[in-house]
Amino acid sequence: MKDMMILVEPLIPALRRYARSLLRADAAAADDLVQDCLERAITRWHQRRADGDARTWLFTILHNLAVSRLRQAARRGWHVPIDDADEAATARPPTQEAGLRHGELLRALDTLPEEQRSVLLLVSVEDLTYAEAAKVLDVPIGTVMSRLSRARERLQRTMDADAPASGRAPILRRVK
Amino acid sequence: MNPNPPITEDDLHGYVDQALAPERRAEVEAYLASHPEVARRIAGYAGQREALRDAFGPIAEEPVPPQLSLARMIEARRSPARRLPWRPAVAAVLLLAIGGGGGWLSRGLTQPASAGIAALAQEGADTYAVYASDRTRAVELGAADREQLVRWVSNRLQRPIAVPDLASAGYRFMGGRLVATPHGPAGMFMYDDDRGTRIAMLVRPMEIEGDTPMSERSHGPVSGVTWAEQGLGYTLVGAKPADVLHPLADEMRRQISAGQDSVKL
Repeated sequence: MKDMMILVEPLIPALRRYARSLLRADAAAADDLVQDCLERAITRWHQRRADGDARTWLFTILHNLAVSRLRQAARRGWHVPIDDADEAATARPPTQEAGLRHGELLRALDTLPEEQRSVLLLVSVEDLTYAEAAKVLDVPIGTVMSRLSRARERLQRTMDADAPASGRAPILRRVK
Repeated sequence: MNPNPPITEDDLHGYVDQALAPERRAEVEAYLASHPEVARRIAGYAGQREALRDAFGPIAEEPVPPQLSLARMIEARRSPARRLPWRPAVAAVLLLAIGGGGGWLSRGLTQPASAGIAALAQEGADTYAVYASDRTRAVELGAADREQLVRWVSNRLQRPIAVPDLASAGYRFMGGRLVATPHGPAGMFMYDDDRGTRIAMLVRPMEIEGDTPMSERSHGPVSGVTWAEQGLGYTLVGAKPADVLHPLADEMRRQISAGQDSVKL
């Protein structure tokens, strides 16, 4: 269990961040999920592959819990009010201008399907490599790349549509 | 000299995520310099990335709340008794199972539940309302007939079912019974403490939501903590605040997971 403390404890802040950003829930609900994740990690620590990466392993557990919670919520027709979520999901209200920009971005993020949002967050915010993200999501790396591409394209489109017309909207064209 | 491989969309994302080798990075930079439209799009992606990091970064700077203390969780797992520091407080809590259970029963019905976790929580509350208040025959098979009870429930649920032991938390196993739910038979196990305060666990197979994290529900004085693992759903119900039941549920789940390798009986 000592190796567990050393390997897992430093990851807890990032796990909290991923839970809160993916669920777009308040801190308490996201932390409940992280607690669940850590409890499972403690129980299953001996089952994990010794050569495996603890971070990928933990993110996998957390991701699966989060997805199951999101699907559960969707089935019940719950909806997180976007205005509440904005305030709760971002840790602090920064300057007004930055706050507005974040609000816009987070609303755009909310419009992404969960599978695209998770890739975007794992790669952009959590700094997982594409291969690690593929492992966490249990999909081929090509799927990670196409989801990432779709996520960024869609986020850009949503934000451009929201932005006041200024003629600076980039032309979105797939290069591939 | 080999010509450079063409720039791919994957390269562009690798560029945004700073995941390219230096040579490839230079090639992408050269490409972007001569393709301003693509460069604009990629600059937008890089901006997104920065904005996301900016928006969510501070969460990881927050102090970690005590509920997520790994040391405490490991310690609690090692000695289950110590994870329940509120043990004396148990005594102080009510014997309102009848009124509370009834209250929850009528309130809970306002929201229709499906076959999943919410339904299980409701069934647990219903079962608790009926049996916890029964002073003469709360259980059909008592603690002395534990083996028979476990065989009975396991047979009807067609899954090996284990009875968690909460003695270290001050709860005696009273016994249990098979109960009917809209989703087939369920096992009900009841426990009480020295004051006669009763808590009950309901277990049944889950058609959906078979692996679901713990969630709490409270209605008036009665609360439930509900979760599912490996296709079996569990709900622990009692006339106590949910945060008091939660550590008991944690302990149950711990024992159930630990026992999965070698289910006794």
